[in-house]
Amino acid sequence: MAERMLIGAGAGYSGDRIDAPIAVVRDLRASGEKAAIIFETLGERTLALAQLRRRENPNLGYEPKLKALLTPVLKDCVDAKIAIIGNFGAGNPPAAAKLIAELASELGTPARIGVVTGDDMLGPDGIEVLRAATDDLPDSKLLVSANAYLGAAPIVEALGEGADIVVTGRVADPSLTLAPLIHAFGWAYDDWHRLGQGTMAGHLLECGAQVTGGYFADPGFKDVPQPENIGYPIAAIERSGQFIIGKAQGGGLVDRRTVAEQLLYEVHDPAAYLTPDVAADISNAAIVELGHDRVRVDGITGHRRPDTLKVTVCYDGGFIAEGEISYYGPNALARARLAADIVKKRSPKDIRIRCDIIGVLSVLADDDGRAFDDPDQWPAEPSSDVRLRVAFAGNDTALVERGLQEVEALYCAGPAAGGGIRLSLRPRIAATSCFVPRDAVKAKVEIMEARRA
Amino acid sequence: MPELELHALAHARTGDKGNRLNISLIAYAPALYPLLVEQVTEAAVAARFAHRRPSAVKRYELPKIHALNFVLDDVLDGGVTQALNLDSHGKTLSFHLLGLRIPVPAGLVKYAKLGPAVG
Repeated sequence: MAERMLIGAGAGYSGDRIDAPIAVVRDLRASGEKAAIIFETLGERTLALAQLRRRENPNLGYEPKLKALLTPVLKDCVDAKIAIIGNFGAGNPPAAAKLIAELASELGTPARIGVVTGDDMLGPDGIEVLRAATDDLPDSKLLVSANAYLGAAPIVEALGEGADIVVTGRVADPSLTLAPLIHAFGWAYDDWHRLGQGTMAGHLLECGAQVTGGYFADPGFKDVPQPENIGYPIAAIERSGQFIIGKAQGGGLVDRRTVAEQLLYEVHDPAAYLTPDVAADISNAAIVELGHDRVRVDGITGHRRPDTLKVTVCYDGGFIAEGEISYYGPNALARARLAADIVKKRSPKDIRIRCDIIGVLSVLADDDGRAFDDPDQWPAEPSSDVRLRVAFAGNDTALVERGLQEVEALYCAGPAAGGGIRLSLRPRIAATSCFVPRDAVKAKVEIMEARRA
Repeated sequence: MPELELHALAHARTGDKGNRLNISLIAYAPALYPLLVEQVTEAAVAARFAHRRPSAVKRYELPKIHALNFVLDDVLDGGVTQALNLDSHGKTLSFHLLGLRIPVPAGLVKYAKLGPAVG
C-alpha cells in the first residue's frame, strides 16, 4: 500500500476556469505517485438549478460544463489510474455517468464509473423525514430540491469496486478528498484524528485556486504571480494524515497567507468544523512554509462525527429584477438620486425595492479602453460618473415587472440625460437547511461500465 | 500614537453560510497579533458593521496562525437567496473590516505594510 497520495483539485465551483484541470493532471502523471483529482462544482443553489433543468429534460440536471471539463483529461487519468471524483452529477448523477461513459467510449478508453445517489430527499419518504425534522419546511409544491450531505463512505465503496471515476450529487465538499484517502490508507471510520486531517486537506482543496493565489491578490499588498494562469492545488497526504499543500505548475503561489485565508474560509468555530465524516478541529493548527510553493499544516485533529446529516432545501423564491441607468457630468449624483426617488414613488408598494449608486468610470470611457488605461482621463470626482441600480423582489412576477418598467420609463420621463438602461428579471431560488437522523438517508452506489467504442 | 487601517496590518477573507458571515483576520507579522487581539474586539467589529445590524458577533482566536475568526449573525439581509444587494454573499465585506483604523504603538509601525501608493 502507498505511504503517500497526491490529490489535485480540478475545479472549485461550477463557474471555474475550464482549463485548470489540464496542468493538474499533467503534474499528477509526471509525479508517478498514487493520485486522484477532485471536481467540486456544486454550490448551495447550483443543485436546485440542476433540478429545474432535470424537470425540463430527464437526461439533464448534471453540471453543464461536465463534458468540457473532462474531455482533455479523462483518458490521461484512466490510463494513469488517477481516480476522478466529482460532485458534477448535481441533480442527476446517473445521467452524468452516462455522459462520461459515452465520452470514454469516444476517447477509446474503457472505464468503470461509480454512481453515488441517495442524497435526494424530495421523494415522499424523504419529505416525511424532513417534516419530522423541521417545522419550517415550505409547502411541498414550492419545493425545488432537498438534498442531504452524504459523507465519504459511498465514494470509498465505489472506489473499492474499482471505479476509475466516481460521480456524486450532494456530498460534503471535503468528503471528495477524504474518500480516496480512506480507500488508499484503510483509515478507520472512527479514526477521528486522521479523518480530521484528511477533511481539512479536502477543505483547502475544495475551492481550487483559492488556496494557490486565487481570490487573494491585493496589488501592492498581496501580489500574485501570473494571476491569469494560476496553478491549481495539489495536496500530498501521508498515511499518518499529515499533509503538504502545493500546486500545479503555472502562476499563483502557496504560502502561509494563502493557506491561512483558505483554512478559515467558511469556518465558524475552528474547534468544530462539521462534516458527515468528522468534527475537524483546527484550533491548534500551525502553518509551516517549506518554500517553493509548499506549505505543511500541522496540529489538526478531529472529534466524533455529528449524529445528524445536514439537508439543504431549495424552494421557489419568487423573482428578482434589476434595472440600471447612468448619469454623467455636473450634478450627476443629484439626477441619479432624483431618478431613484421617482422610481420608488411610482413602483408597486407590495414588492421590495433597493437603490444603489455605482460609479467611477463607465459612460465617459471608450470601447478601445484608452480612458480605462489612463487614469488621468478619469473623472476628477467619482460622483460625476454614476449608475443608479434599482433591485426589486417579490413573489408576483407582474408586480416585479411593473417596478422594472418604471426604470425603463426614465428614458423619456426621468431626470435629464439618463443613458444606458439595462433591465433583467429572473426567478429566484430560496434555500433553508435542517438536520435529519443519519439512518434516514440511504446512500446507494452503482457501477456503470464504459467499453471501448 | 499613529492610527493605521487594519489593511496595513492584516489580511482577511469572508465566507458565507445563509445569513451568517465569517471574516478571518490574519496578521501580516506575528508581532502584530497581540495588537489585533487587543483592538479588534467583538464590540469593535459589531460597531464597524452596525449598519448591517448583527444579532451576534463571536470572535475565535487562533494564536498559532496569528489569526482571528469573526462570525457575524444576520448581517446579509437574508443571504444569497434573499438579499437585494449586488454582493449578496457579502464577499466584499472583508475589506470593510480592513478599513477599520486602530492605534498602533510606535514600536510596531515597522511591521505595517504601507503599500505602493501610501509608502
